[in-house]
Amino acid sequence: MKQLQRKNRVRALAVGALAVTGALALSACGSDDTSGGGGAASSAKAGNIKCEGKGKLLASGSSAQKNAMDAWVQAYSGACKDTSINYQPTGSGAGITTFLQGQTAFAGSDSALKPEEVEKSKKICKGGQAINLPMVGGPIAVGYNVPGVDSLVLDAPTLAKIFDSEITKWNDEAIKKLNPDAKLPDLKIQAFHRSDDSGTTDNFTKYLKGAAPDAWKHEPAKTWEGKGGQAASGSAGVSSQVKQTSGAISYFELSYATAGKINTVKLNTGAKAPVEATVDNASKAIAEAKQVGQGSDLALKLNYTTKAEDAYPITLVTYEIACDKGNKAETLPATKSFLTYISSKDGQNSLKELGYAPLPTEIADKVRSAVSALS
Amino acid sequence: MNSAPSISSAPPPSAPPASSVSGKAVRPGDRIFLGLSRGSGIALLVIMAAIAAFLTVRSVIAISGDHANFLTYFEWNTSGPEPKFGIAVLAFGTVVSSVIAMFIAVPVAVGIALFISHYAPRRLASPLGYVIDLLAAVPSIIYGLWGALFLVPHLTGLFSWLDDYFGWTGIFSYADGAPRALFTVGILLAIMILPIVTSVSREVFLQAPKMHEEAALALGATRWEVIRMSVLPFGRSGVISASMLGLGRALGETMAVATVLSPSFLINVSLLNPGGGTFAQNIASKFSEADEFGQDALIASGLVLFVITLLVNGAARMIIARRKEYSGANA
Repeated sequence: MKQLQRKNRVRALAVGALAVTGALALSACGSDDTSGGGGAASSAKAGNIKCEGKGKLLASGSSAQKNAMDAWVQAYSGACKDTSINYQPTGSGAGITTFLQGQTAFAGSDSALKPEEVEKSKKICKGGQAINLPMVGGPIAVGYNVPGVDSLVLDAPTLAKIFDSEITKWNDEAIKKLNPDAKLPDLKIQAFHRSDDSGTTDNFTKYLKGAAPDAWKHEPAKTWEGKGGQAASGSAGVSSQVKQTSGAISYFELSYATAGKINTVKLNTGAKAPVEATVDNASKAIAEAKQVGQGSDLALKLNYTTKAEDAYPITLVTYEIACDKGNKAETLPATKSFLTYISSKDGQNSLKELGYAPLPTEIADKVRSAVSALS
Repeated sequence: MNSAPSISSAPPPSAPPASSVSGKAVRPGDRIFLGLSRGSGIALLVIMAAIAAFLTVRSVIAISGDHANFLTYFEWNTSGPEPKFGIAVLAFGTVVSSVIAMFIAVPVAVGIALFISHYAPRRLASPLGYVIDLLAAVPSIIYGLWGALFLVPHLTGLFSWLDDYFGWTGIFSYADGAPRALFTVGILLAIMILPIVTSVSREVFLQAPKMHEEAALALGATRWEVIRMSVLPFGRSGVISASMLGLGRALGETMAVATVLSPSFLINVSLLNPGGGTFAQNIASKFSEADEFGQDALIASGLVLFVITLLVNGAARMIIARRKEYSGANA
């Protein structure tokens, strides 16, 4: 018992230390020190950045893209000394609201604009409307903590039933069938979901609804609507609960699983082999997506029932939202130049090491031509 | 405690006659001061009215767009074509967690206050007072982190014990799992409101008339009897006001609750199982991702919290007014 307590204490200390060092590291990124702080990687790319425009570029929105934005902003402002970019990760909802009030040059969002939001945007975009530009993709990993189980395969209906409290034990028949070789314990499943509204929840429930409509009866939403389970705040909150709690399972961006050394579920999608949550596999799933936006609006609809080899369908695509016509004259050159950089090959490839999935070539090409047409 | 309202409620008899009787012109200093204080008073009213108007307007937008009963519905879904949301769970969670906090904090706070004012040696009393006051200065997010990383893992034992002996009540039944429940919130809130209740109570107890205490001692009363017969009756209204101040903080606490609780839109009879939620926690966790209508809905829930706080404070004022004979003003 004492041993256990001590272990917990060490763990708590570790979490605290991690939080402190994390905060320090992040604040280091956010500082204005752009004198080659990015090291070799960013300075090598700097050659391909075309600087245009001057002054301050304000943007806000999705916190899921925060790490990508930090890296991009650092590389970009290292090359373009005249422009300073300020991206506030306030959340998609707040990002869209401030964009529609005309306070920011572009917004980041985990989901595409709703029709009524597009309608509202016509006030801000004189002669045009807001469009969605897919920019950052990434796998949502399903992490679990089951003693003695290092590899776990699940499929969409089973996942839906687990998160809806219909399957409550780890040695349930449905899980056994998918994992004939694993030693599944007689342990209660503790399913954790987000307590705050979140684009991750939205995308995860879209997957459950899209891939297992019979098992998941709730409508996809940013607010969690499943039955039972426990909640924690933020991806950091749910992933640390999974680490602490035996029998826990939850969903979060892949980087949290990597950072916390949490085992992730392999998905049985109907492909030959179960698909692991990796950056490359997410890119393959995004390539299966269909464009649902009109014209230069590139809103995507992911194909959640894909059976393509190595395509991991629980992915999240976040957008940058800007006006197709009628952007503010003073910020347009800088906006265009920054968006051109982040959608370029260099910009996209620098995402991989951060746990994000680069856009597939075909979609990236469309994004680039949409960006160059902004006016 | 009550001297302030009783002074202010009495008409100020001296100021206006003084100037008119003497016949002299009012000196500029007086006029400036009058203008300043009147201006501040009016500004306060205007600000309050503006806040109330803002809250009401946006709440009306939200409530008229609600496709469920705002007061009794058990879910919070503001996006989607037919938004449905209700405050039943939030009202329950807010009131219950605050009541738990009061049950734990008030007796302890009164004990500490009595110890500081009547039992402790001088050398111990004032440092102890400072330490208690220092507790009030700790930011609530720190309490939240402490609660999540230390308190929650250490509550499993207490919760299983409560389940063993009081599980039959239903209120204290505990299924395994992380103890991130309303009761945990209550314990954390109790610690957070302790300093304010303690320091106000201590001040009141110190003001208990020395003559009463000495008279009781002269009659041969023990120290406990002195406290029971003269200090406690005298301090009762003060303790009630102090508790209300604490309750105000408990009702509105945001970050600490959001870090410790595992919220859900279900009313769980057992206080030891995860679930429930509070107004402030719900607003904090949903605001950043809410669209404009979602924000209106959250503002409407904030208005309800505002009303609950007003009702609680009104009730407290009535209780205090009924016990006026013991208050410091009449001693």
